Amino acid sequence: MKGLMRFFMRRHNWSLPYFIFMLIFVVLPLVLIFIYAFQDADGNFTIDNFSKFISSPEAANTFVYSIGIAIITTVLCILLGYPAAYILSNRELCRSRVMVVLFILPMWINILVRTLATVALFDFMRLPLGEGALIFGMVYNFLPFMIYPIYNTMQKMDHSYIEAAQDLGASPLKVFTKVMLPLSMPGVMSGIMMVFMPTISTFAIAELLTMNNIKLFGTTIQENINNGMWNYGAALSLIMLVIIFASEMFSDSEEEQRATNEGGII
Amino acid sequence: MKRFFAQTYLWLLLAMLYAPIVIIAIFSFTEAKVLGNWTGFSTKLYTSLFSGGVHHSLLNAIENTLIIAIVAAALSTLLGSVAAIGIHNLRGRKKMVMNALNNIPMLNPDIITGISLFLLFVSLGITQGYTTVILAHVAFCTPYVVLCIMPRLQQMNPDIYEAALDLGATPLQAMRKVIIPEIKPGMISGFILAFTLSIDDFAVTIFTIGTGGLETLSTYIYADARKGGLTPELRPLSTIIFVTVLLLLIIINVRSQRAAKKKEALVK
Amino acid sequence: MGESNFIIELSHISKCYGEKCVLDDVSLYVKKGEFVTILGPSGCGKTTLLKILAGFGVATSGEIKIAGADITDVPPHLRPVNTVFQRYALFPHLNVYDNIAFGLKLKKVKQDEIDARVRKALKMVGMTDYEWRDVNSLSGGQQQRVAIARAIINRPQVLLLDEPLAALDLKMRKDMQMELKDMHKTLGITFVYVTHDQEEALTLSDTIVVMSEGRVQQIGTPTDIYNEPVNSFVADFIGESNILNGEMVRDRVVKFMGREFECVDEGFGENTPVDVVIRPEDVYIMARTDSGMLDGVVQSCIFKGVHYEMTVLTPNGYEIMIQDYNAFEVGQEVSMIVKPSDIHVMHKERVCNTFEGKMVDSTHVEMLGTQFLCNEVADVEVGESVLVEVPFNKVELMDNKEDGQQVGDVRFILYKGDHYHLTVRTADGDNIYVDTTDVWDDGDIVGIRIQADDIVIKKQAK
Repeated sequence: MKGLMRFFMRRHNWSLPYFIFMLIFVVLPLVLIFIYAFQDADGNFTIDNFSKFISSPEAANTFVYSIGIAIITTVLCILLGYPAAYILSNRELCRSRVMVVLFILPMWINILVRTLATVALFDFMRLPLGEGALIFGMVYNFLPFMIYPIYNTMQKMDHSYIEAAQDLGASPLKVFTKVMLPLSMPGVMSGIMMVFMPTISTFAIAELLTMNNIKLFGTTIQENINNGMWNYGAALSLIMLVIIFASEMFSDSEEEQRATNEGGII
Repeated sequence: MKRFFAQTYLWLLLAMLYAPIVIIAIFSFTEAKVLGNWTGFSTKLYTSLFSGGVHHSLLNAIENTLIIAIVAAALSTLLGSVAAIGIHNLRGRKKMVMNALNNIPMLNPDIITGISLFLLFVSLGITQGYTTVILAHVAFCTPYVVLCIMPRLQQMNPDIYEAALDLGATPLQAMRKVIIPEIKPGMISGFILAFTLSIDDFAVTIFTIGTGGLETLSTYIYADARKGGLTPELRPLSTIIFVTVLLLLIIINVRSQRAAKKKEALVK
Repeated sequence: MGESNFIIELSHISKCYGEKCVLDDVSLYVKKGEFVTILGPSGCGKTTLLKILAGFGVATSGEIKIAGADITDVPPHLRPVNTVFQRYALFPHLNVYDNIAFGLKLKKVKQDEIDARVRKALKMVGMTDYEWRDVNSLSGGQQQRVAIARAIINRPQVLLLDEPLAALDLKMRKDMQMELKDMHKTLGITFVYVTHDQEEALTLSDTIVVMSEGRVQQIGTPTDIYNEPVNSFVADFIGESNILNGEMVRDRVVKFMGREFECVDEGFGENTPVDVVIRPEDVYIMARTDSGMLDGVVQSCIFKGVHYEMTVLTPNGYEIMIQDYNAFEVGQEVSMIVKPSDIHVMHKERVCNTFEGKMVDSTHVEMLGTQFLCNEVADVEVGESVLVEVPFNKVELMDNKEDGQQVGDVRFILYKGDHYHLTVRTADGDNIYVDTTDVWDDGDIVGIRIQADDIVIKKQAK
């Protein structure tokens, strides 16, 4: 008992309970995905789950289609979000901070509620649900996640860089392409992660937005898990994890993490 | 001129972002079963939302959602505060490991978190229900709490804990009288953040809630929407959620701005 | 000597992280009521020592006694010492009163007594009527006063002060120095004061402990330390000095700057390499005469308020710093005289670099974390441990760290009249001493190169 007291007197040991918790509820579950993915229903080692994925046209097609949708969504979000973030962070163009809050606010509303609202909008305007609705809904859902990190990076950017560039004789266009754009790249990369990842992994949204006509990869995973095909579901999850891990490796940098994390809530 | 275009662009985007929510809010004040039919102003949907009876299961789901959110947020705040103090005092590789661990749930897509926890609970033979949902929510909320508290610890004068010991406080007293008051704003933000994350969550909940008939708001809406017909009462509910989130965000914003002003005043 | 004579007894304190020691066998005995200053450059271990004394850090080995009681393993909140922190460490969520009353409230002292003592403490630091102020609204000086009041109100046996004035501006610092000195007199408690400011140390202390590289260099009164520094480090650190390489020819005769001088030191033996220290104010300067000991030409002359500071270049290439009330023009030919008693002779800590090495083969030696080519060594075994000697002036430093065989950073620079003596530390913590005429800055990252011909290998006596 006294030993335990002494142990927790050292403050760095306070991280131990969390460490144990994380091992059980974060690391172990991920390991389980890995284990299940390489097992058959009886618990024997197999790679059948993966060969099944490759050989079944349906799953593989859904996979490619999902990536396609995710890329389209991400590109649209950049095209719409970058100018918005630029305007929001520019003191001359936008003086009010309320604007920023307005753009971030939708992030905090239940994604299903937002999706249902989109469905309602399409109903209201008598537009058919389908691929168009899906992409609109995705962009609508994830646009704030693109704007926020870019805005954050731009806002923290030292204004003197821009002044220095002007001072050195750069035209406004040059200032933008040579200074603003490269310096805001960490924010863009972080925005890409924050949009691409959820779009590729959502499952309920597509169902609702397309009246269950279009399936995304997330839906396939969920269906398999729900139907008791845990091993196949785990294998599909592992494939998704690899994709996400790869894209993170591709983009990971300290600065970008800062762009995502630092702002905290707002 | 440039400013005019910029403003117009922003407002157009905002219109797109808010159009669906506004439509839902407007049609929450009419009785029509199908959205888009305006049958005159009425607050019946609001009253029937809270009158129980027919919509007993919806009320039940709301209640579950709130209980889960409060418990999960409280547990995350407790675990996260202790963890943040611990991580803050770690050095070198151990600190890196803890920070990396802390990042995993935030980088993982919800569906992976959900499925991985589902696999954990089934392989341990744990019946899923209230406990598993709360544990799952604590698992993905705590990292955010840690992130809310870390900056407070980093800004804190590192000597004040030792100063308290020096003046005769036991380590526990020093914690209670000096460190906790310092990180309290972070703990409150962390709690609010965890609370909203928990209420919002759908993907993790659906995999960990089990088949025992437990419903949260998210799973209720999902089931409802899959059945095809949208319960009209969801419109007033969405409106209420929207307004609540709006208020919460304003409160947090005012708080953080006040803190920033206070800090500015100090610098002067 | 009776035990009660000392209030603090630190015996053989070491603090090591693996191989690296921030404190290396430090012993210190402090008399009751003394004002002791621990003085040294940053990174010398002085703050670590204070933390060990306060109980925030644990020594790897050694023993601490306060008032005769062993407190080596006593946690900080039970020690009869209080600390004034460099960055004040006031509790930002408490007002001035609650900050000061913090310790008394923990001890459950009665409310009216707390009131009285807080008022008295505030009066002592000259902050009467500030009780209800928010500590965040106070200036740096005021915060430091509150921090002092918060510490002394607990009537500690020893008050520890960790660079308490470092964050204040010069004027404020001077005022606070006087106040601290008065406070020390009034309170009668022992002060242990840590600083890197030699002037502050000389002004305040009864005893100064000069530390460097985790070791005590010298303990003594301010006058002792100033007038009789024991080595070139102390001489350089305390006040301004001319430090020169010399040779003790015999007792009372020392040779430097190519000339023999009469001095008062004895017992160094004959023809021993030594460091010679002459304070700039101890050199008498006059227009060129035949009766001077040294001749030279004035290189620069700067007015310093009370005196002029001049550098004089001798014909054989030595630069000497001189402080005098009279100014001499730049370019003027002058003569200089130094009294025998003003020539301070001290032992050299080392006369060349000595590294521990290991033979890789007969022409390669491994040391300083890398391999060096050396001249062939006869009958030496592969893997045999050897001592390697390299003269100071044979270590080459280069701007480009890639050009060197090893990389290090310049830690300490000593000007020796006609060259610089540098301490360069490698990433592994090895010190290399270098004599060079090139100018380097503190903290420069340099490449290090040693030619094979300059490496002398000595077999280790087993």
